[in-house]
Amino acid sequence: MTGNYGWGLPIEASTFAHEMDSSLILVHISMVVIFVLWGLFFAYCLVRYRSRPGHNAVYPHHSAKHALGSFVPDVIVLAFEIWLIFIFGMPIWAHIKDSFPKPEDSTHIRITAQQFAWNVHYPGPDGKFGRTDPSLVDSTNPIGLDPKDPASADDLVVVNDFHVPLGKPILVDLTSQDVIHSFFVPEFRIKQDAVPGMMIPVWVEPTLKGQFELVCSQLCGVGHYRMIGHVKVDSPEEYRAWYNGLKQTQQEAQVKAAAAAVAAQPWE
Amino acid sequence: MSSLEATQNQTGIPNGKLGMWLFLASEVMLFGGLLSSYVILRTGSPNFGMPARELLGVPWATLNTFVLITSSVSMVLALSAMQDGRIPAFRNFMLLTITLGFVFLGIKSYEYWHKISEGITITSSLFGSFYFTLTGLHALHVIGGIVFNIYVLVQGLKGKIINPDHPDRLEYAGLYWHFVDVVWVFLFPLIYLI
Amino acid sequence: MNSTHHEPTFVQRYIFSLDHKVIGLQYMITSMIFLLVGFSFMLIMRWQLAFPGHPIPVIGHWLPGWIAPGGVLVPDAYNMLGAMHGTIMIFLGVVPLGVGAFGNYVLPLQIGAPDMAFPRLNMMSYWVYFMGGIVMLGSFLCPGGPAQSGWTSYAPLSVIAGSGQTVWIIGMIFLITSSLFGSINFLVTAINMRAPGLTWFRLPVFVWAQVVTAILLLIAFPVLEAGSILQLLDRVAGTSFFIPAGLIIDGVPMTRAGGGSVLLWQHLFWFLAHPEVYVLILPAMGIVAEILANGTRKPLFGYKEIVGSMIFIGLLSFFVWAHHMFLSGMKSSLAKGFTTTTMIISVPSVAILTCLILSLMGGSIRYRSPMLYALGFLPMFGIGGLTGLPLGFTVTDIYLHDTYYVIGHFHYVVVTGSLIALMGGVVYWFPKFYGRRMNECWNKIHFWLTIIFMNGIFFPMFIQGIAGVQRRLYDPTIQLHNVIVQPTNIFMSASALCLMLTQSIFVVNFFYSMFKGEKTEENPWQATTLEWACPSPPPHGNFTSLPTVYRGPYEYSVPGRSTDWWPQNASN
Repeated sequence: MTGNYGWGLPIEASTFAHEMDSSLILVHISMVVIFVLWGLFFAYCLVRYRSRPGHNAVYPHHSAKHALGSFVPDVIVLAFEIWLIFIFGMPIWAHIKDSFPKPEDSTHIRITAQQFAWNVHYPGPDGKFGRTDPSLVDSTNPIGLDPKDPASADDLVVVNDFHVPLGKPILVDLTSQDVIHSFFVPEFRIKQDAVPGMMIPVWVEPTLKGQFELVCSQLCGVGHYRMIGHVKVDSPEEYRAWYNGLKQTQQEAQVKAAAAAVAAQPWE
Repeated sequence: MSSLEATQNQTGIPNGKLGMWLFLASEVMLFGGLLSSYVILRTGSPNFGMPARELLGVPWATLNTFVLITSSVSMVLALSAMQDGRIPAFRNFMLLTITLGFVFLGIKSYEYWHKISEGITITSSLFGSFYFTLTGLHALHVIGGIVFNIYVLVQGLKGKIINPDHPDRLEYAGLYWHFVDVVWVFLFPLIYLI
Repeated sequence: MNSTHHEPTFVQRYIFSLDHKVIGLQYMITSMIFLLVGFSFMLIMRWQLAFPGHPIPVIGHWLPGWIAPGGVLVPDAYNMLGAMHGTIMIFLGVVPLGVGAFGNYVLPLQIGAPDMAFPRLNMMSYWVYFMGGIVMLGSFLCPGGPAQSGWTSYAPLSVIAGSGQTVWIIGMIFLITSSLFGSINFLVTAINMRAPGLTWFRLPVFVWAQVVTAILLLIAFPVLEAGSILQLLDRVAGTSFFIPAGLIIDGVPMTRAGGGSVLLWQHLFWFLAHPEVYVLILPAMGIVAEILANGTRKPLFGYKEIVGSMIFIGLLSFFVWAHHMFLSGMKSSLAKGFTTTTMIISVPSVAILTCLILSLMGGSIRYRSPMLYALGFLPMFGIGGLTGLPLGFTVTDIYLHDTYYVIGHFHYVVVTGSLIALMGGVVYWFPKFYGRRMNECWNKIHFWLTIIFMNGIFFPMFIQGIAGVQRRLYDPTIQLHNVIVQPTNIFMSASALCLMLTQSIFVVNFFYSMFKGEKTEENPWQATTLEWACPSPPPHGNFTSLPTVYRGPYEYSVPGRSTDWWPQNASN
């Protein structure tokens, strides 16, 4: 996993990572070009127009041509920016932020951020998220899943580390339980604030198997720096095995806990 | 020490008047920020908690609106009287303005007591929060205006700082008082009528 | 107030002075102290960033146990120092220096006025600022420490934070009040009290910059005041302006009415905070313009274009604020709108920088120390401004938002940009303030070391940002993707320490020269603007007789004249 990162951009692990990187490179090339042009002219002036005997300043004659000429850099920059935003950028932004894959074609999950963990809720094979209720939240039930709701029978809730299968987009319904957090996976190039009181959709389609770091991208308190999760992209078979295995383990644990609760009751 | 005084004035508008207008511009932004927040949440929030119309106390607020508008009229008349040198008239109109200011506050206090007894408090709902914040901040500005008005009344009667040849500070107090009135003219329909 | 025959007491002359020059110097010294305080906070944080978990050398054990037990900074103290660093640098440091100090001292002089329009309001403006600073520093005494939700104080984090946040809000209200008093004063003074013949288009660019800045402060700050009132009520009265229903804090459901909007705070905050960044840069641009005209011995290129661009920036600055909120969850159409307005506002910024660079053409550049600072500003502001492009562009902002790239961008603009220009202003106008010069040689050494170390701190931030390093991280190394660029943190922290040590040169030079510097005449830089047409330092009332202005502000090297500068008020 350390191989994912270097001194520049991390590896591209999603379908739009490449568009993002192209945008970054394009903008930076233009920034460097503008800076170099300004800089060269600047350096030239510093040398050419330095004060020395016999070289006095020249009182300028205001010519309209001169004044208009100074607008040339402005017009060039403006034209470039218009192209960048409207022709190049809007389609990419629309693709990433305005159009979403259908839930049935994605790995649809709900992520509820909290101080300082990522709670991931899978709807299970029925595709329906079980009802959640803030009053049911406790240490064993971080999202307040209602066990009485039939839709929650096949649901799975994991914290921080979660798996998704390769070959499908991930569709995340993102929210927060307490303060603003932000969902960021560097290799996916995706970032979205998790806002309490709002459920915000965000999607990304992974293109590589592996483990990718999920970090919080909005100051959320004392533990902001350690609010770390991991997205594990598996093959579809590996993913199914993981899901079913974990579901079984959780069910067994629930049965055990229920039995222990019964055993702990005093005899009447 | 230089005897040079700040006598140059490029626009002909006295410094104090220009200063008062600029101050009022900032106040517009202050109330504007709060009112915009009110409108945004009133239209967008899932539980704003707008109470039934009967609980709003529209008749009392309407009366208060007339009270303030009348006090602005009497303020204008007070200024006019001072400019003409009619000091007793000035005194009477200023007293009326100040009294009406107190009447406004009195009615407002009654309204507050009535709302609280109906369960509308600053924390009971977003409406309650905005109601008390908006009208509360406005009431603080009314109090400030009354203080300013008492000052100009006293000075106008003394005749040294404010007199028919220099009615400027009275004029500034008038500007401020009219502004306080205008803010209410916006608050009233947004809170009570719409 | 009869001022002809009474001798002012010490308190009247130096503490509660009504003289804009004394008030300006009060602002200058106070703001420079706050800059050093804010910088010290960051130095502590930079140690932790370079060597996470290691005790801070030398001073570590002096720090109280709730900040750094055993000399090791703790996470909440890191966040506190971070929030207070931003707050202090912006509101107690750069703006009071650029506006309160230079605006107060220089503006009345440059327009030929004897003082500000409202001297008493001016005095109150300084003391309310001072009290605001005391309140802000006093928040360190709150149980739970000072504000720690960033200088941006996003709700709901700021609403549930400890009492230090309430004190922060109160401090902000003091500072906003001070700013309001100041803006009214500056505008009335500039509009009404210009000397005869000083039309708007004969004003120095510095005055225009202060006028636009004052308008921004007047109109934008009240909206933050409104937001602060609402946040204060959320914190102390239990309202829910920024609190939606159903929040669970630390496992405990919030019992408030709810229904509020988290994003509303962000809109109210950034409505001020975006114009605020132009407040940070405009006075500095004004100073650079003055020094450049003087140092090149020719008029500025495109005076009207520069002024027009400043006005245009001022106007547009009210329409770009949500480019800080592209990923906040606000409607996508808003994001598109704001990226467009942000693109538009880059044009006048480019125009101003281009005009300033073009001003060098045809000049006879004197490389005295103020000129070094003014020239240094230009490429640095270029980097700062250019790195704003990928941030203002919605697509690339998805990746770069809240990373170190953002920190690098704004520090380039404010530190290598504004602060360098402001230091240049100190050096340029020092002879006017004190009748003595600062030591030229030490100024030049200070300039070069400062600009090198500043770049050492802030340039690697772009590298970190591209690698995906987030902001406001107590220990960046526990996030795997940050590990490989961790050496940049050591380099940056070392540069920061060197930068701090370098400032001792400036501080010593400043105070030494105040008493022992080489005495100077009225107009040591041979400048044309009105502040140089009175004694150094000017007496109370500034000018012995009201100046009359006959020409523009930068009539240098006018053909046919014996000297290469023609003062604005010279009748022949």
